[in-house]
Amino acid sequence: MAELGAGSLLLGDPAFNYQEAELNERLKRLYPAVNEDETPLPRSWSPKDKYSYIGLSQNNLRVHYKGHGKNHKDAASVRATHPIPAACGIYYFEVKIVSKGLDFLSSLLPLSPIPGWDKHSYGYHGDDGHSFCSSGTGQPYGPTFTTGDVIGCCVNLINNTCFYTKNGISLGVAFTDLPPNLYPTVGLQTPGEIVDANFGQQPFVFDIEDYMSEWRAKIHGMIARFPIGERLGEWQAVLQNMVSTYLVHHGYCATATAFARATETLIQEDQTSIKNRQRIQKLVLAGRVGEAIEATQQLYPGLLEHNPNLLFMLKCRQFVEMVNGTDSEVRCFSIRSPKSQDSYPGSPSLSPRHGATNPNLHSAGKGNTPSHLPIHLPSVDSEMEIEAEHYTNGVAENPSARIMNGTYKHQEILQAQDISLEDSCASRQLCGGNQAATERMIQFGRELQGLNEQLCREYGKNVTHKKMLQDAFSLLAYSDPWNCPVGQQLDPMQRENICSALNSAILESQNLPKQPPLMLALGQATECVQLMARVRSGSCSFARVDNFLH
Amino acid sequence: MQEVTATSRHYVDRLFHPDPQKVLQGVIDMKNAVIGNNKQKANLIVLGAVPRLLYLLQQGLSSSELRTECVVVLGSLAMGTENNIKSLVDCHIIPALLQGLVCPDLVFIEACLRCLRTVFISPVTPVQLLYTDPTVIPHLMSLLSRSPRTQDYITQIFSHCCKSPEHQTVLFNHGAIQNIAPMLISLSYKVRMQALKCFSVLAYENTQVSMTLVNVLVDGDLLSQVFVRMLQRNLPIEMQLTAAKCLTYMCRAGAIRTDDRCIVLKTLPCLVRMCSKERLLEERVEGAETLAYLMEPDVELQRIASVTDHLVAMLADYFKYPSSVSAITDIKRLDHDLKHAHELRQAAFKLYASLGSNDEDIRKKITETENMMDRIVSGLSESSIKVRLAAVRCLHSLSRSVQQLRTSFHDHAVWKPLMKLLQNAPDEVLVMASSTLCNLLLEFSPSKEPILESGVVELLCSLTQSDSPALRVNGIWALMNMAFQADQKVKGEIVRALGTEQLFRLLSDPDTNVLMKTLGLLRNLLSTRPHIDQIMSSHGKQIMQAVTLILEGEHSIEVKEQTLCILANIADGNTAKELIMTNDDILQKIKYYMGHSNAKLQLAATFCISNLIWNEEGSCQERQDKLRELGFVDILHKLTQALDPNLCERAKTAMQHYLA
Repeated sequence: MAELGAGSLLLGDPAFNYQEAELNERLKRLYPAVNEDETPLPRSWSPKDKYSYIGLSQNNLRVHYKGHGKNHKDAASVRATHPIPAACGIYYFEVKIVSKGLDFLSSLLPLSPIPGWDKHSYGYHGDDGHSFCSSGTGQPYGPTFTTGDVIGCCVNLINNTCFYTKNGISLGVAFTDLPPNLYPTVGLQTPGEIVDANFGQQPFVFDIEDYMSEWRAKIHGMIARFPIGERLGEWQAVLQNMVSTYLVHHGYCATATAFARATETLIQEDQTSIKNRQRIQKLVLAGRVGEAIEATQQLYPGLLEHNPNLLFMLKCRQFVEMVNGTDSEVRCFSIRSPKSQDSYPGSPSLSPRHGATNPNLHSAGKGNTPSHLPIHLPSVDSEMEIEAEHYTNGVAENPSARIMNGTYKHQEILQAQDISLEDSCASRQLCGGNQAATERMIQFGRELQGLNEQLCREYGKNVTHKKMLQDAFSLLAYSDPWNCPVGQQLDPMQRENICSALNSAILESQNLPKQPPLMLALGQATECVQLMARVRSGSCSFARVDNFLH
Repeated sequence: MQEVTATSRHYVDRLFHPDPQKVLQGVIDMKNAVIGNNKQKANLIVLGAVPRLLYLLQQGLSSSELRTECVVVLGSLAMGTENNIKSLVDCHIIPALLQGLVCPDLVFIEACLRCLRTVFISPVTPVQLLYTDPTVIPHLMSLLSRSPRTQDYITQIFSHCCKSPEHQTVLFNHGAIQNIAPMLISLSYKVRMQALKCFSVLAYENTQVSMTLVNVLVDGDLLSQVFVRMLQRNLPIEMQLTAAKCLTYMCRAGAIRTDDRCIVLKTLPCLVRMCSKERLLEERVEGAETLAYLMEPDVELQRIASVTDHLVAMLADYFKYPSSVSAITDIKRLDHDLKHAHELRQAAFKLYASLGSNDEDIRKKITETENMMDRIVSGLSESSIKVRLAAVRCLHSLSRSVQQLRTSFHDHAVWKPLMKLLQNAPDEVLVMASSTLCNLLLEFSPSKEPILESGVVELLCSLTQSDSPALRVNGIWALMNMAFQADQKVKGEIVRALGTEQLFRLLSDPDTNVLMKTLGLLRNLLSTRPHIDQIMSSHGKQIMQAVTLILEGEHSIEVKEQTLCILANIADGNTAKELIMTNDDILQKIKYYMGHSNAKLQLAATFCISNLIWNEEGSCQERQDKLRELGFVDILHKLTQALDPNLCERAKTAMQHYLA
């Protein structure tokens, strides 16, 4: 490292920022399960937790010895800023010996003069190659090391062992039954000794990711081969129930019936109820929130009255859809004749693709082709056809949207039909470009404002509502609402939240579970894995729920 | 039994029905009847179903469906016992199936290949049958592109039928590498795996293949990179191990440097992992053997391996089979352990041998491993020849250590089992054992004494008469070590046992190594004045003759130097001197070599003269005069101006003798 120049260590230095970015990226890749808000990763040596004989430089990554170094009493050590989080599963760091004479390297709990000599401390010493475990007498362990060598330390938090590496070669297990909360540490004893740490700032010499991949495969294998023994039938029933309830929850009536028939199971909810919910959902997802509200009020009287918050959310959405030109209150002003009530422009299956993880898709939606607008399907029984061909069996493809509908691989279909979409251009304008519609929208906005004030009087101030209303009204401040900072709201994907909230509310009112058991199980599994991290079970890092959602 | 045969006969009878449709149905029924039923298979073969099926298969009138079904039944029969395979091969199934590959119908081709695969992977099938018709290999190569199935079967056939360098060359010359390389990135794991296996077989000890492999690109990546990716730890062990083998063979052939990252950081650690307790016994054997082979010639790799994942300690576990637990609890496991116990032990010995072949610290580490010396000692007398050979290899490797010879070798009396091993063993073992013995006979080895007393001389002398140059070298080498600073009795015994006739035969041995060690033996015999005089008095004439012959012959500098040194020793004797002084021919030769362009030869010749003029007793004056007459003084004068400091010094000392 030749960066001795004055400015090179300033925070504003581009090289430094670049290194910081690389570090963040590498740590994220190596330890995806670690929640750094709860358990930060070690990123440098701690200027607080060190002996006075220890000097730090180069962003607290370089350690040098400045004591007398006459005997073991002059030994000094420094530890990292944070202990190794259990959620790492497998943790690794390296130290390069810059200047000869280094004796000690370790990962240890308390701050002790020489790593490995005190209780709960562990070390590998360069002068004799011995390993030290909580005592002053070492065991023959590995080769000696000296200037130019890169020594690595890997802590396996799954089986609580540790091994060291020398120049990229694993030296084999050094310790077993390690306690939790170990800190990366180095100890020095000779004047002039210098070591540089690599907590992920640079690529490691040892291929730690390959080692991790072996453990990931091991743990996945363990899960896949988990013995269920006699309970095979029991499991099958549970799984069938999960699938069935999921289908029913989202109102996939025909599929659910077919599934129940095939598996000889029963559906708790009756057909009409499912179909009603399905109809309301379709309306919301098609952006016809006004009609959805009407239908809800008609089919489930009293529901919205008892849920003023939900009603407010729906109305807000309705306002947004008016801006979008999709709500029927503005659609009826459109030049074209309104579509008949029966041929819903979209079924739940045509809800837009969840693009949260795919920014390109997003911008495309707001771009020239309004690919997320209602689509008229040529077939009358569109619902079944789409289901049969394009459903991926109700399993959410994108974890971020898993409480909502499944995601469907119908991109190609959407695009194919876009081309023939007649009103594609018209809908790019506010309220479909109709003057009367715009006036209706303004009026609706006033009513909405009134509703908000009324709710405030009855239930007190509600910050969420205020924010929602503000966001919705902000759309009007821009000449092109689709391409403005709050334009996100117009994305049809945003309909899904409110749709699922409404669906849950209806189910709850019918004394049915407001969430399908499949989602509960998924949520529980996710929660469980997070809990494992807290109780220091390292295998959690390789048993992430999203690894199993495809 | 009768009944079973009756139903079987019915199946065979139906193959002879005049209606082709009935025959087809008969073959299909037969197919369903034989699946997984070894008894039924044997019955059908005995009843002559095979020739009829082959007839139907080759009959031009048969429908392609019938022909395919026939092959499927034959394939099913081949899946049975080894006897089934023998019967099928005896019925000439191989040419018939190979002929079938010419047909355009892919389904039929695949059925033929599947059946051929099953036949060829059996150890009872002579692999040569694949190579008898020279058109077969090119045709198989052309079929590789037809489907993933043809790829799978054909590469399996190649892998099992490539057993010699000639086979490798045939496959190589027909474009095996270019044809198979793209399969390494096939979507099918099976195909990738079989292609990889095929490469490991092709590259084994084959420089031509290995050198070609390094330059092959697969989808833009070098083949070595593709292999390295296959070493990834999350992939199946079989794939990791086979990819490591490919890289090992390429490295040993010189196609990849031993300090290449892909060897040091990938291949070697992968092979070490294969030796771990978590792996299956078969994998541990293969891993250890491959690793031993990889690092055999490279001390740096040996050093790295010796510190990787506690390898030296890990190998100690190879000796713990069958384990005491398995014997009691699980008969099946015991059987499995027993089967692999020999293989494990020999693999561990091989790996230890390779690890310890150069580095003293590693040897120390090995001998300090629990019960290591005891294990070697008992390994030397095991019934399995493979284990004995590996054990003696290991012992040989460790015997290069002075320290070990002085300590552990002596403490464990390894010479005893070693001597026993030498009495009656195949050449392969004898070479290693005698080579080890050479080291045990070094003068500082405490084992030297007891070995001498055990009457080893006769044995070593008999080795010098062997047809194998390696054994002759080891025999004479051991005698040479034995004669070093030995007492008169031992020397006499060596000369007597070897006999001058044999000694001279060895001096004209075509192998330079043998010649060198024989000269070394002579030199060791001719040391210390009384010994020189005694031996020269009894064998002087012959020795002088031999020396003359060698100095006149076409030999390397080293040989001539050694010979001149013998002369110098002779010149050091009291009475022996005269044998040179009276031999003008020899004196002329010494003079010639003093003026030679090679300083080493000049030095040796000068030594000789220096010894001759050495004045100790009265008789030196006469010799000095004669030598002056012959012009040696002038030469010595010239040599005092020589550039080589040793030579210059030696000449000056000789001149001082004159002056004295």
